[in-house]
Amino acid sequence: MSNNNSQSIHLKKEILARIIEAFLSDNFEENTRLIPYDMRPKGAEVPYRCCIYKERAILKERVKAGLGFSLEEDDETKLLSDYAKEALEREQPDEHPLTVLDAACAGCVPSRIYVTDLCQGCVARPCQSACKFGAIEMVNGKSKIDGSKCKNCKMCMNACPYNAIVKLAVPCEDACPVGAIQKDSNGITRIDYEQCISCGKCVAACPFGAVNEKSQIIDILKHMKDDKKEVIAMFAPSIVGQLPGTIYQLKTAMEKAGFDRVYEVAQGADITTINEAKEFEERMEEGAPFMTTSCCAGYNQFIKKHLPELKEFESTTETPLYYTAELVKEKYPEAITVFISPCVAKRKESMDNPNVDYVMTYEELGALFIAKRIEIAECEESKFEVESSKQGRNFGNTTGVAEAVKSVAKNPEEVKPYIISGLTKDTVKELKKFTKDRSCPGCNLIEVMCCEGGCIGGNATINIPRVARKQLKSLLDESEDLKRND
Amino acid sequence: MAKVNVKICMGTTCFVMGSSQLQDLVDIVKNRYGDDVEVSGSTCLNFCTNNSEYSKAPYVTVNDTVIQEATIDKVLQEIDRKLKENE
Repeated sequence: MSNNNSQSIHLKKEILARIIEAFLSDNFEENTRLIPYDMRPKGAEVPYRCCIYKERAILKERVKAGLGFSLEEDDETKLLSDYAKEALEREQPDEHPLTVLDAACAGCVPSRIYVTDLCQGCVARPCQSACKFGAIEMVNGKSKIDGSKCKNCKMCMNACPYNAIVKLAVPCEDACPVGAIQKDSNGITRIDYEQCISCGKCVAACPFGAVNEKSQIIDILKHMKDDKKEVIAMFAPSIVGQLPGTIYQLKTAMEKAGFDRVYEVAQGADITTINEAKEFEERMEEGAPFMTTSCCAGYNQFIKKHLPELKEFESTTETPLYYTAELVKEKYPEAITVFISPCVAKRKESMDNPNVDYVMTYEELGALFIAKRIEIAECEESKFEVESSKQGRNFGNTTGVAEAVKSVAKNPEEVKPYIISGLTKDTVKELKKFTKDRSCPGCNLIEVMCCEGGCIGGNATINIPRVARKQLKSLLDESEDLKRND
Repeated sequence: MAKVNVKICMGTTCFVMGSSQLQDLVDIVKNRYGDDVEVSGSTCLNFCTNNSEYSKAPYVTVNDTVIQEATIDKVLQEIDRKLKENE
């Protein structure tokens, strides 16, 4: 997913690395204030915006999001050094993980219906008479749409004999599977947090990089630095292939980067698999038409907010993260736990789970390695306390969860999976139909993953899914099969 | 004719900053140039280690030319230039 908007993603990772560098320096606040100036020094070329001042102003906003602040409530007079100080003092990260950068968003047209140069300025003016909202006026002999009046009804479009009026795509709106992000009448995008399932598709879709994640990186670094409590990382199965080296080298690299211990969430996935297989068998015995998986955070929020009727068919088994965090907190109750995540949705799940203190995405972990100059491929390999199974390690790959359940089922041939690889407007329709019909023809186990290809396609992933999958396969080949003991 | 040698830096910094996305070059180059051009991944080429030069990552070398903030298009253009010089 990460290759569409390579420029804005490059910028995001550079900013994260610079924030971390500033934190590690002897003057965090001042060096944070200087980030926009370091990135665009006097006389530097201006790659994206109208002038260097706007370029810096937008970078300032991005740094704010990187420090974990919301961009909607904007106090322009406040310095980045003040934000840095505030980030150090805060006890709790912000509740909603996404925030929109207005100044960047304004680059996208305010109105979705647009009159092109093909307008002939004809005498009949069918567009004007077709518009019920009086949104079309003539400017210099050509039609022009007043964005504040336009309701995007497309009547003018259909009326124009020259096909001069077009509908423009708004990438974030098109990408959102649940209609939670929209441009308001001023052309500024707003996220409706009541509707938002935090799937992160808008983050990946916006070519202006206007939708930002509020990072918790400072909160995590703070705990690493004060060294009062152990900081324990739990990485998601989909991390395989997201960074150079093996996962065993990655473990060492993470310990060098400041984590006291490193766990595989695949370990919790093994518990999810067994519980889900048992639950599946019970439900089928009771005559349920189908069951859906329950490990994708975006999908869980989707059910809660948009399709509560589907809830009765969803497995009540907890997520791999849940079981892993439970194990870790049982063993180290005082420790700070950090989930290393492929996506933004898990931020929300973690906020609702007292056993998970913070979330760090793969991109943020990558930025940490950059700032600390850690070369993963040069690290020694170190083994995990508990080695996870082949099935657990495949959880982040589309079909992986269904295959895992099938592999430990008493009668594998009775498990008939239906795979939803990516929650989109179309697959949402499908799920609604299954719910309404109380049936999924020919199938009885629906695996739902919000991102295309599974977590490997998550919004914060680094590698091309095809390549990551190849590396995952070689790890699976050397991993043991999961066994069920009952 | 001398072969053109392309090295993609796969060190941690370059990988995170975007060389992961350049791995498609292997297939693209093979289809487009056959055996005239060889693409390989490399351990850290050390271009990123000075100051904040990670902001210019990922780095790719085409023979002895260093490409900063490399993209597939930039690398292909440089390969074309090198092949022309060889003619």
